[in-house]
Amino acid sequence: METISFTSQLFQYLITGLTVGSVYAMVAVGFNIIYNVTEIINFAQGEFVMLGGLIMVFFHVGMALPLVLAFPATVILVTLVGILLDRLAISPIRQPSVLTLIIATIAASILIKGIAMFIWGKDPFDLPAFSGRNPITVMGAVIQPQYFWVIGFLIVVVIALSIFFDRTIIGKAMSACADNADAAKLVGINVKQMILLSFALSAAIGAVAGVTMTPISLMEYDRGAMLAVKGFGAAILGGLGSFPGAILGGLIMGAIESFGAGLVSSGYKDAFALIVLLAVLFFKPSGILGDIEISKIKRF
Amino acid sequence: MNRLAQEHVLDVQGVAMTFGGLMALSNLNFQVKKGTIKAVIGPNGAGKTTLFNIITGSFPPTKGTVKFKDEPIENLKAHKIADRGISRTFQTIELFSNMTVLENVMMGCHTCVRTSFLSSGLKLPRSHRKETEILDRAMKVLRFIGLGEKINEPADSLALGEQKILEIGRALASEPELVCLDEPAAGLNETETHVASSLIKAINAKGITVLLVEHDMKVVMNISDEILVLNYGQKIAEGTPEGIRNNPRVIEAYLGGEA
Amino acid sequence: MLQIAKLPIAIFAALIITFPWMAHQIPVIDHYADIMVFVGIYCLITIGLSLLMGYAGQISVGHAAFFGIGAYVSGILTTNYGLNPWICMIIAMLITAVIALLVGAPSLKLKGHYLAMATLAFGIIIFIIFNEEIEWTGGPDGMPGIPGLSLFGFKFDSVDKYYYLVWAFVLAAFIFTANIIQSDAGRALRAIHTSEPAASAMGVDIAKFKIIVFVYSAVLASLAGSLYAHYLNFINPSTFDLFFSIKLLIMIALGGMHNIWGAIIGALLITFLSYEWLHYFEEFEVIVYGAILLLVTIFLPNGLVGVPEMLKSWVRRKN
Repeated sequence: METISFTSQLFQYLITGLTVGSVYAMVAVGFNIIYNVTEIINFAQGEFVMLGGLIMVFFHVGMALPLVLAFPATVILVTLVGILLDRLAISPIRQPSVLTLIIATIAASILIKGIAMFIWGKDPFDLPAFSGRNPITVMGAVIQPQYFWVIGFLIVVVIALSIFFDRTIIGKAMSACADNADAAKLVGINVKQMILLSFALSAAIGAVAGVTMTPISLMEYDRGAMLAVKGFGAAILGGLGSFPGAILGGLIMGAIESFGAGLVSSGYKDAFALIVLLAVLFFKPSGILGDIEISKIKRF
Repeated sequence: MNRLAQEHVLDVQGVAMTFGGLMALSNLNFQVKKGTIKAVIGPNGAGKTTLFNIITGSFPPTKGTVKFKDEPIENLKAHKIADRGISRTFQTIELFSNMTVLENVMMGCHTCVRTSFLSSGLKLPRSHRKETEILDRAMKVLRFIGLGEKINEPADSLALGEQKILEIGRALASEPELVCLDEPAAGLNETETHVASSLIKAINAKGITVLLVEHDMKVVMNISDEILVLNYGQKIAEGTPEGIRNNPRVIEAYLGGEA
Repeated sequence: MLQIAKLPIAIFAALIITFPWMAHQIPVIDHYADIMVFVGIYCLITIGLSLLMGYAGQISVGHAAFFGIGAYVSGILTTNYGLNPWICMIIAMLITAVIALLVGAPSLKLKGHYLAMATLAFGIIIFIIFNEEIEWTGGPDGMPGIPGLSLFGFKFDSVDKYYYLVWAFVLAAFIFTANIIQSDAGRALRAIHTSEPAASAMGVDIAKFKIIVFVYSAVLASLAGSLYAHYLNFINPSTFDLFFSIKLLIMIALGGMHNIWGAIIGALLITFLSYEWLHYFEEFEVIVYGAILLLVTIFLPNGLVGVPEMLKSWVRRKN
């Protein structure tokens, strides 16, 4: 193997980082959708990603459905899980407090993880890359075609969501719930339904992230928690509730992780993102794009 | 009584508060004389609760100083201000709903008598003595406010009027020199309002200075020595009840919008 | 008044003292004394967590880290440096206290979800360190050869002896914590839980109280960790993973975190579940735990200790 120059090595880290970061960004967007409507942080957010990957493996590899069928089928199934999560774990709670809601989503998360282990076992699963595995080389960096799919789907998700929230009645109603649930109730918006929808939507996005990342990094039952924590880190870094913030936060988080693992220590790969998360929480909980004035009043 | 000779217990100078560009209070100056009852009135959104929150240390003002007994307190945290001798009630009742009536008032004694973690954990005689002292003080307060019969009931099982009274009692338990009452009569019926008014007078008779925000004009006119009127975060009038009653700017502020 | 009655504590103490003898009379449960050692160790953690979460209302999903720090500091100092285990235990508690202070001071300014995520991230970071610092910790393979405990020549070398040692610590921690709950300090904690603005208006230094309980609960977890290491003579990182933090959460939620007895009941049930009753579920026990936690959250918000109260109010409503 030829020796790779330091610059192309850095470029390689950047590309890998941005790809992983796109996954974190999608998880962060999922956090934000639910948070904006309900002020709940869904600790089971990472399980949607894990389920997305494994269900896709089932449809695409197991049942040999073509990609164009397996992908939407996976998203629909995970969306159903999101709906079940709200119906079975969140809405039955009679006196919701922050503490009970956290515990409920944690409970759901280990339950989903356990069921996934029951179905798929403990081994990681591979998924064929969408358009093969012949890497292209740019500036000495090896780029898998799947990287483009991941980044591309992040862009698709972002565009679809901005159309949804800005142009459709339902999307606007959801934003209204986010701004002021009581006022939304007064103008006749069914807040319960909006909460359900937020879980469904955020599960769907999680599924997209899972489906697109699996050909790169495989998938197994216990990935959810780490993805959730890193995705939350991305959401916080960008400013919780902010969609542009989630994208930016995700990409930065991915890049930090990739550079950290490459240049500092690969064993501590997972720790970098968490240290960033702690640093943001400790020193600037409003995030980079969060409104500083508002955060002062909210007193996180 | 010659009130002119008395000192000011509270001195608010040039206080301003902005929230994200929104001016909640601007250049506010006023004093509260020791041993008096002063009411702050004004339409909704006039900045009354913001003023209370600044005085009691929920957040510091954007500009200006607040002096309590000639010492600046505007940058102190809420618990430090409570220790100095200012206690308060809340507009939306903030009782400790998971505690009994007695425990709520005992909590009020925290400013005067407190025990360390270690001595409570080891149950040193010191901490036992203190607990007895707290209990005595709390019982005294409860008898004073007339809730002596209900000490073991959960705080949130009381009627609204009693909850308001209990909150005042809890504030009194800290033996304050100044109590800030945020709408003590809000939501009360006539009898309850009467009870609350007499209680406030009784508190004042003990020599405690009272600052209150209230919408019920009957209460305000009845019990206050002085009234401060705010509108849009600014002082528009200050004076005796009679003076305020006839002040054209006050009448306009209250009726102007609707006339 | 919040009183923790003395009689139940006396009965509890009597049961604990006689339990090994009783267990040894019945062959099927002969080994229960061994499980009870672990129950005791976990009780030390849940007692502190109950004070932190149930009374003061501050969530932590990272206490496995403090448990692990206690175990590893004890393990490293005794095996590598041959220090006296008791001294190591105290050093471990001091180190844990300092770490808890450093992590807690900025974390406890955060509320709810933020605090949960901060403690969770901290827990995972410590777990990664246990795995990666192989030179110190032995890495994923773990650390063997940790000596047992002895005091003035008396060796705690049997299950029963260690049982009494652990439960003596539990009883002390229980009484200490119960005393706090019934004091002015305990009221201040509950005040913080219900209304921070009102608590600070009563002169409660919220930041100080939160950090004190956080450090206290961390130190108890550290003590539990040291006792764990000296009992098993072997530790490895997987004991101190995120799932253990969640298991602690399940213990206090199941028992009822608003009551210190809940800490004991929860630790007892979950430990027996995982060491004994869920054997045939093998790894799938995680499904059972998830289901328990979810059902408790929905149907028993006050845990098992809240059941009598729930029944009472249910009967009252029926009449």
